[in-house]
Amino acid sequence: MFDWLQHFSDWLIYSVFKIGADTHLGTALNFFVYDTIKILILLFVIVFIMGIVNAYFPIERLKTYLNEKKLYGLEYFFSSIFGAITPFCSCSSVPLFIGFVQGGIPLGVTFAFLITSPLVNEVAVAMFLGMFGIKVTLIYAVSGILLGTIGGWLLGKFNLEPLLSDWVKRILEAKMDQDEYVVEKQTFYQRMPEITRGAWDIVKGVLLYVIIGIAIGGAMHGYVPENFFNTYLGGGEWWTVPLAVLVAVPMYANAAGIVPVIEVFVAKGMPLGTAIAFMMATVGLSIPEATLLKKVMSLKLIAIFFSVVTLFIIISGSLFKIVL
Amino acid sequence: MSKVIKILGTGCPKCQSMTGVVKDVVSENHIDASIEKVEDIMEIMKFNVMTTPALVIDGAITIKGRVPSKDEVLELLK
Repeated sequence: MFDWLQHFSDWLIYSVFKIGADTHLGTALNFFVYDTIKILILLFVIVFIMGIVNAYFPIERLKTYLNEKKLYGLEYFFSSIFGAITPFCSCSSVPLFIGFVQGGIPLGVTFAFLITSPLVNEVAVAMFLGMFGIKVTLIYAVSGILLGTIGGWLLGKFNLEPLLSDWVKRILEAKMDQDEYVVEKQTFYQRMPEITRGAWDIVKGVLLYVIIGIAIGGAMHGYVPENFFNTYLGGGEWWTVPLAVLVAVPMYANAAGIVPVIEVFVAKGMPLGTAIAFMMATVGLSIPEATLLKKVMSLKLIAIFFSVVTLFIIISGSLFKIVL
Repeated sequence: MSKVIKILGTGCPKCQSMTGVVKDVVSENHIDASIEKVEDIMEIMKFNVMTTPALVIDGAITIKGRVPSKDEVLELLK
């Protein structure tokens, strides 16, 4: 599919810039050009597709749907899937949270959404697709959605409502009248330019991170010794997954910047399961997110939320290591 | 009659670009309007929106969860 791009990179580096294919610099630059362009194309396509999906299934529609239908447990799954396809913006998580809770959606179902939303996002998916291929991407996305489903379900079993902030509780008691969901009166063709622009904006927004990430990844390839992880970090020992996850939870890294680095780790012997768990913990949970959630939850609730998700990431990472 | 424009958003990049678009439209077309940024989450929730940024014109939510184009904002302000 990307043959033409390889030809282009070869032509650009070896013919236009006249840097030999037999030099380190030549091959490194070739990789860099190829990877960067490939990922930007994938990113644009994925964000574009998600934009179309979102135009048809806005979040308000999910809220109405979850409210009106009896789903016999499937609501956690739907909520989690919606979390995956909605473009994630950390600043939207609080309004979404309140909107859900206010709309009478159970806290557990809301958590299912809240877990998956940052975990499976368009940037992470595009980066995985570009650096690891379709199989790993599917494993990542599917397990992320399942993690949100099960995590939300489990959190729903605890009685967590008393741990919300006081003003959220007041909103809950007041049970404000819900707006009927109003469909925006725009046809698909009217939306196209906007969806395209939105996709382009996201690509522009992460462009720098992609370039830096791939550049660092490319440079590391040459310096990190082969089998580095087996030699120094215990390769496949049982404690590597929990360690990787615990290191990654407080970290806040842009998916675009972190995936190329993880790719090097995997190439140098880090088991794929550990890498996926590390990635999930980096993008799924972070200190900035906790700070935002502080407005709607007590510290205790945030701690419970983070612990449950961390635990699930560790479990799934360990499972991957056995399966993969 | 002067219009009251409110931009709801907690300060994310999208909210800032919406503010930019709205300000441009208002000044380029000499529209008589006041622009207020609402950043407090409790205030935002009073408008019952789930996705930010949102554009409120004279008390009515017109756009939510996306950054509009200049033409669209101009149309809404007419």
